[in-house]
Amino acid sequence: MAPAERTGTEDASEDDILLAATAVSKRFGGVTAVEEVSIAVKRGSVTAIIGPNGAGKTSFVNMVSGFYRPDSGVIRFAGTDTTRFRPAEIAALGIARTFQNIALFGGMTVLDNIMLGRHVHMKSGILSSFVYWGLAQKEEVAHRARVEELIDFLELQDLRKQPTSALAYGLRKRVELGRALALDPKLLLLDEPMGGMNQEEKEDMAGYILDVNEQWGTTIILIEHDMAVVMDISDRVAVLDRGRKIAEGTPSEMQSNPDVIRAYLGTGERGAGEKRGHAA
Amino acid sequence: MFHSETGVFKTSYAADMALYPLPVARYAVIALAIVFLFIVPLVFSPYLMTLMNLVLIAVVGAIGLDILVGYTGQISIGHGAFMSVGAYTAANLIVRTGLPFWLAIPAGGAMAALIGIVIGIPSLRIKGIYLAVATLAAQFVIEWMINHITWISGGIEASIQVPPPSIFGFKLVTAYRLYFFLLFFAALAIVATLNWMRSRIGRAFIAIRDQDIAAEIIGINIFKYKLYAFAISSFYAGVTGVLYTYYYGIANYEQFGIDVSINYLAMILIGGLGSILGAIFGATFITILPEAARQFLTHYGGMIMSQDAVTNVVPNLQLVLFGGLIIFFLVAEPEGLNRLWRSIRNYFRVWPFSY
Repeated sequence: MAPAERTGTEDASEDDILLAATAVSKRFGGVTAVEEVSIAVKRGSVTAIIGPNGAGKTSFVNMVSGFYRPDSGVIRFAGTDTTRFRPAEIAALGIARTFQNIALFGGMTVLDNIMLGRHVHMKSGILSSFVYWGLAQKEEVAHRARVEELIDFLELQDLRKQPTSALAYGLRKRVELGRALALDPKLLLLDEPMGGMNQEEKEDMAGYILDVNEQWGTTIILIEHDMAVVMDISDRVAVLDRGRKIAEGTPSEMQSNPDVIRAYLGTGERGAGEKRGHAA
Repeated sequence: MFHSETGVFKTSYAADMALYPLPVARYAVIALAIVFLFIVPLVFSPYLMTLMNLVLIAVVGAIGLDILVGYTGQISIGHGAFMSVGAYTAANLIVRTGLPFWLAIPAGGAMAALIGIVIGIPSLRIKGIYLAVATLAAQFVIEWMINHITWISGGIEASIQVPPPSIFGFKLVTAYRLYFFLLFFAALAIVATLNWMRSRIGRAFIAIRDQDIAAEIIGINIFKYKLYAFAISSFYAGVTGVLYTYYYGIANYEQFGIDVSINYLAMILIGGLGSILGAIFGATFITILPEAARQFLTHYGGMIMSQDAVTNVVPNLQLVLFGGLIIFFLVAEPEGLNRLWRSIRNYFRVWPFSY
């Protein structure tokens, strides 16, 4: 693993970079949630974005997935400028995500939720679905096979016909991961995949994340607060504080980085000598 | 012969994804076909038959509205108007060009779908009660236009008479003949909706209803699918309007007022939102209830009051009873009649091992 020292599209190893955000900013009224953040994510890597509350981590992920539109800056995914793409278009390119507050379709079964992840890979339109027997059925069965693989992978076999609203919290997180994986994403964005979990569930989830990365070579960006997990599973860590990226590097580098320690623990002279975009 | 999963082993995904994955389904379909094709027309009196026909028409409209409201979560109080669009489109085509029913019905549906798409455009920006108001406006605008533009409404009375539908010169004039005609469309509406709702389209609808943000993130073009829902739903409404026109022999905008829109909403609410069976239950219930209330009062009202009083009171009491029963059912089973049915069915699902 040779981490790129510089960030942005101008990087020498451009082919290796799957996602490149260059000087991306997002403002909400007077508040600058993300300010000039540049992050380059290597193909096949696990990158963690950490930072205190309100650092702009989720806002950044929201921009990558198209949910927010950056005020300035450029986001390139696999060579395509996706800065102005709509979420559905970005999903079709191969970026899937999960949410901090689980966003499953409560009225549907586990199976249907994961089947929905196949939406962009399916083609049945109004007419073929109307007839169903024939093309649509064939397609349903073919994609069901992939969904069953994921159900096996995530060990959800006994729950496939359960409505997701009836599931426990940790299981719902897992189903949400399954739905994102059903997209066969090139890039998987996980917003606090282990938030609110107990130790055992966290270990399970960490295992799944690493398996996804190894088995399918999926590039992963995750936001996480549990430092132990971040240190264990990520190749690279980017640290955000009050909307700005204050450091990036390997997990061990970040642990000893004075800026990072200051952001997390604070010092007497908060913000001294540094240009801060706004007050957190 | 029960709805029981005990001892049923599925060996393919297709079998697991069938409309009704249990073996009892085949018998149930055959039994239903026999009942509706033979027993109902043989046993029912002409009076019951007209009621049955009204139920069948209402089934088409209620399922259509349920696709929009129950499955996609977009409200419409303009469905009465969409029905009138279908009705007048078909009536004009039938009278002016002599179009046969098998072209007039899809034409009415298509025109209603077109109008429905236009009315559905605001749904990208507005939700819930705000969308309800927008569709309510559509109801009044369409009503007014039909009433005031004589090119559409066909003159002062704003009503157009149409000849009965005919198949190979065989005129469908009696309630019995119309019954088979309407049964075909009700069955088609049911099967088409079942197919849509278990495939990619239907899943996208439900996703938009449950979590529109997440739906977009996994690649569903929300705007497109909301318009699909509006189009399909208004298509059903348009077809319902044409069927009413054939049933009454006349297209009249007064048949499709705001009260009709609300009646149809009541059907899917009482039946249970987001369920085809619920829409069927609701359509049956709301269509039959006023008649049942009237019959009940005229027959038994004499026991507590004079016969003159009964004739005076019936029309009002009928409404009171209608409203009261709707409230009673909504309180007793907020998830609708379909929920009651499912509770009974689920009891037998793993019978005799119901743990």
